Amino acid sequence: MSQTRMIAGKEIKVNDEGYLTDYNQWDKQVAETLANEARIELTPKHWQVLEWLQEQQRKEVALNIRKVGASGVVDIKEFYSLFPVGPLKTATKIAGIPKPASCI
Amino acid sequence: MSMKRILILGAGTAGTMMANHLRHELKNEEAEITIVDERHKHYYQPGYLFLPFDIYKPEEIVKEIEEFIPTGVKLIKCRINKIHTDEQYVMLDNKIRLDYDVLIIATGARIAPEEIPGMQSEEWHKSIFDFYTFEGALSLRNKLREWDGGRLVVHITEMPIKCPVAPLEFAFLADSYFKQKHMRDKVEITYVTPLSGAFTKPKATEALDHLLADKNIHIETDFAIERIDPERKVIVDYGGKEVPYDLLVTVPTNKGDDLIGRSGLGDELNYVPTNKATLQSVAHKNIFVLGDASNIPASKAGSVAHFEAEILTENILRFLKGEELKAEFDGHANCFIETGNGKALLIDFNYTHEPVEGTFPFAGIGPLRLLKESRMNHMGKLAFKWIYWNMLLKGTHIPFVSTNMQEAGKNF
Repeated sequence: MSQTRMIAGKEIKVNDEGYLTDYNQWDKQVAETLANEARIELTPKHWQVLEWLQEQQRKEVALNIRKVGASGVVDIKEFYSLFPVGPLKTATKIAGIPKPASCI
Repeated sequence: MSMKRILILGAGTAGTMMANHLRHELKNEEAEITIVDERHKHYYQPGYLFLPFDIYKPEEIVKEIEEFIPTGVKLIKCRINKIHTDEQYVMLDNKIRLDYDVLIIATGARIAPEEIPGMQSEEWHKSIFDFYTFEGALSLRNKLREWDGGRLVVHITEMPIKCPVAPLEFAFLADSYFKQKHMRDKVEITYVTPLSGAFTKPKATEALDHLLADKNIHIETDFAIERIDPERKVIVDYGGKEVPYDLLVTVPTNKGDDLIGRSGLGDELNYVPTNKATLQSVAHKNIFVLGDASNIPASKAGSVAHFEAEILTENILRFLKGEELKAEFDGHANCFIETGNGKALLIDFNYTHEPVEGTFPFAGIGPLRLLKESRMNHMGKLAFKWIYWNMLLKGTHIPFVSTNMQEAGKNF
């Protein structure tokens, strides 16, 4: 189900929903491009959130909105103002990590 | 082996099944088994779905806890104060100290309406209801009996919740209930979920989205609730989106028992971090967790606890003998989904396989059909109440239903 698409001048592997399937291909230009597509301009606060999300992914923590709210980086309200439409889905896509599986 | 002290916390579905399994496997001189719960009643929780619609009567879904605890297991009815893992004992509120060699945590999950501002307001159980408690389901029944229509909103606060299909079933049964009362045209039903579709797994979501549309139930997805405004009767999400209601049926945030938090054993929702294959606690080798109390990525459902109990029994026997644990639990869940008008769907899935179409329990034969509406599935759901009281709690193996999910008969 993996395919590739051109992002920031590079051929990047993505899934059907446009999430990166190989985190090693992620870099800041990729993030900028994906953010642009979501009509978001990345500020230092955005980058802090993205880095926090990536760190959770490395630690294999299953992500949800509540955890973001308790991150100490942003509260949920701020998270929504940074990534207004479907914040967790948008932010994880820009961060180059998988869409959080709402397991169960 | 020398006499071991096994302590089970919680005499709900999971704890009661474990007490029965272990007493069956271990002789009185091999192990002393104690089970603690502060309540006196055992509730058949799947019945909470039917109570609001007058399908079950209250007395059908309540029995005394004692009825299901086997002889040879000591039942103590008292609130648990704290688990002391360093010295391996549990302190009860009445100052009784219970030392253990093996601790089984089966304290379940509860609703936490206090998590959302405005939920537990003076409108609680007046225009805002839960149906995850006996009191909530009963007061909702009384409300529905006299309600003359308007906007019904069925809502999930956040995942994970017990029985993740129950709110959908509630919406389906509501559609059928109002049709029978010849007032469906007076009721607008909206299903509001934090998920991106009707359910958590893609194929089932497709089937269920379709059913919602068929029944003229609107769906509002990706709704992360921030607060309820009980005066204006709207729910508001973090993005500022509002959904108005006249009658709100919500599934509040679910959390593990406060005991887990008090004892420093839980995650941010008071669930105990647990190995998802062995059911051993991550932090303590002699603590095991089953049912809704754990953080494993399986459904919080009685069927899951049932399958877990069969594997956990074996693992506890192995642990007592100093043998390696079996890493065998596969996340197996098996759930009937009431779809209204005397029909139901059946889903059967695990950690790796999502629910798909097929036949159950006999490959190619059925008689139950997976992910398809049928009357037979509905009969299965109703028959389950008898199975629960008479077989499941007592740890009797249910014929033809295997502990691990079977791949045969499913169209992957």
